[in-house]
Amino acid sequence: MKYTEVAIVGGGPAGLTAAMSAAKLGAEVILIDRNDYLGGQLIKQTHRFFGSKQQRASERGIDIARELSDQVMNIPNIQVMTEATVLGYYEDGVLLVEQNKKIITIHPKRIVISTGGAEKTLLFPNNDLPGVYGAGAVQTLVNVYGVKPGKKVLMVGAGNIGVIVSYQLLQAGIEVVAIIEAAPKIGAYWVHAAKVVRAGVPILTRHTIVKAHGEREVNGATVVRLDENWQPITGTQKKLDVDVICLSVGLTPLSELLWQAGCKMVYVPELGGNVPLRNEHLETSVPGIYVAGDVAGIEEASAAMMEGSLAGLEAAASLGYTSETLQENLRDVLEQLKGLRSGSVGEKIRKGMEQVSLG
Amino acid sequence: MLPQDGIVRPEDVASVLPPEERLAQGPVAIAECFQNIPCDPCYHNCKQGAIQEFKEINDRPQIIFDKCNGCGTCMSRCPGLAIFVVDATFSDSEAIVKIPYEFLPIPDVNETVTAINRAGQAVGEARVVRVQNTKVQDRTVIVWLAVPKELMLEVRHFKVRGVQ
Repeated sequence: MKYTEVAIVGGGPAGLTAAMSAAKLGAEVILIDRNDYLGGQLIKQTHRFFGSKQQRASERGIDIARELSDQVMNIPNIQVMTEATVLGYYEDGVLLVEQNKKIITIHPKRIVISTGGAEKTLLFPNNDLPGVYGAGAVQTLVNVYGVKPGKKVLMVGAGNIGVIVSYQLLQAGIEVVAIIEAAPKIGAYWVHAAKVVRAGVPILTRHTIVKAHGEREVNGATVVRLDENWQPITGTQKKLDVDVICLSVGLTPLSELLWQAGCKMVYVPELGGNVPLRNEHLETSVPGIYVAGDVAGIEEASAAMMEGSLAGLEAAASLGYTSETLQENLRDVLEQLKGLRSGSVGEKIRKGMEQVSLG
Repeated sequence: MLPQDGIVRPEDVASVLPPEERLAQGPVAIAECFQNIPCDPCYHNCKQGAIQEFKEINDRPQIIFDKCNGCGTCMSRCPGLAIFVVDATFSDSEAIVKIPYEFLPIPDVNETVTAINRAGQAVGEARVVRVQNTKVQDRTVIVWLAVPKELMLEVRHFKVRGVQ
């Protein structure tokens, strides 16, 4: 059995900042990630981020990943475990971890769960054909492994991920035949949309995919226009010549560990699915278990980093660690989170957040 | 409309254009940013103080055209690649449009490229006059295109010949 003060499950943007802020206050930290690298989804995000200066706006995800991981690796009181999967949480507060085919048990005083999200999929005939991918997979192939998934792509979903991945496909020299979106409006930031449209990709709102064509692999897709009640309009079917169908229809929190730990959960569509109730310290209904990032509600990487900082500070502070600037740092993070969630684009998140408070 | 199809329309642009007199004086930035989103690097990176201070992070950039010298620093910091610089004084018949560009291949100076509008349609030819690609720009290249003057408010992208 390993003992530590704070265990962090997931080394994406939230986990990395949680580890850093807890360790900087003095806590002894173990950061666990199932991949062989740290950075989570940041490692494939070649585009510049939005947000403010403090949240590293205008920097690219890939660079933030590298910098945060380097910092975390160089903080002596953080032990990093990669290629390590947390398999379970036991009621005596023990995490069961598999690494190199060995089982390791860890008994932390506090746990920050920052396991991120999983992509949702879409139901349509032939959606199991090779050539139908999640946007995350396509992004990994293209931006991490340098592999083209195909020649002609249909992107399903015009949220930020769908539009950004389309842009990255264009950068890799792959044709994006169209981006379709069932909603009447583009969900992505309009500047991103404008950027792919002027590069030659049509965005068709009120459109959905009817079926994928092909015997052994995708060789086409039929799309259809939707009316105001989201019903297909007869006669508007169109067959597109594509060999890749890329699904970008949202993410859902990866919450298994929270369920297992018995955290009180609530279904909040605005946050992507089942999320844990939490107090203002990001502590769940199970004392000592904190959440940060997409597992607490699907948002942007910048919000995940802020939540990570907050959870890390709070977890360490609850163990008695403090600093002269602790209160100020906490206020600052909360202020920044508020800023990120302000305005009309943050409305959905604010609505979601209203439903998750432990009080 | 922009929220439906991602195409920025002339009426959107009209609201952010510098006055005719300012356009006639030389290079000036145009921020084609039409949505209140939490983002402010353009304001923080303008050394001329030509972008009005943001009261709130969701504010849209307001360029103080008299202070803007068209340097383009804001262009390579904008995550949305939504800022362009236009110089109507380049020659009698041609204007310069500076385009933020993140594709390969990067064109050479004097190369002729296909000029593209905001809807992704080819609208003519353009000549590459200068390519700025410094370390500070961090992989967002700025390509100066000479275009017929009447197209300076229309050309917002280009395609290198022979590349799809």
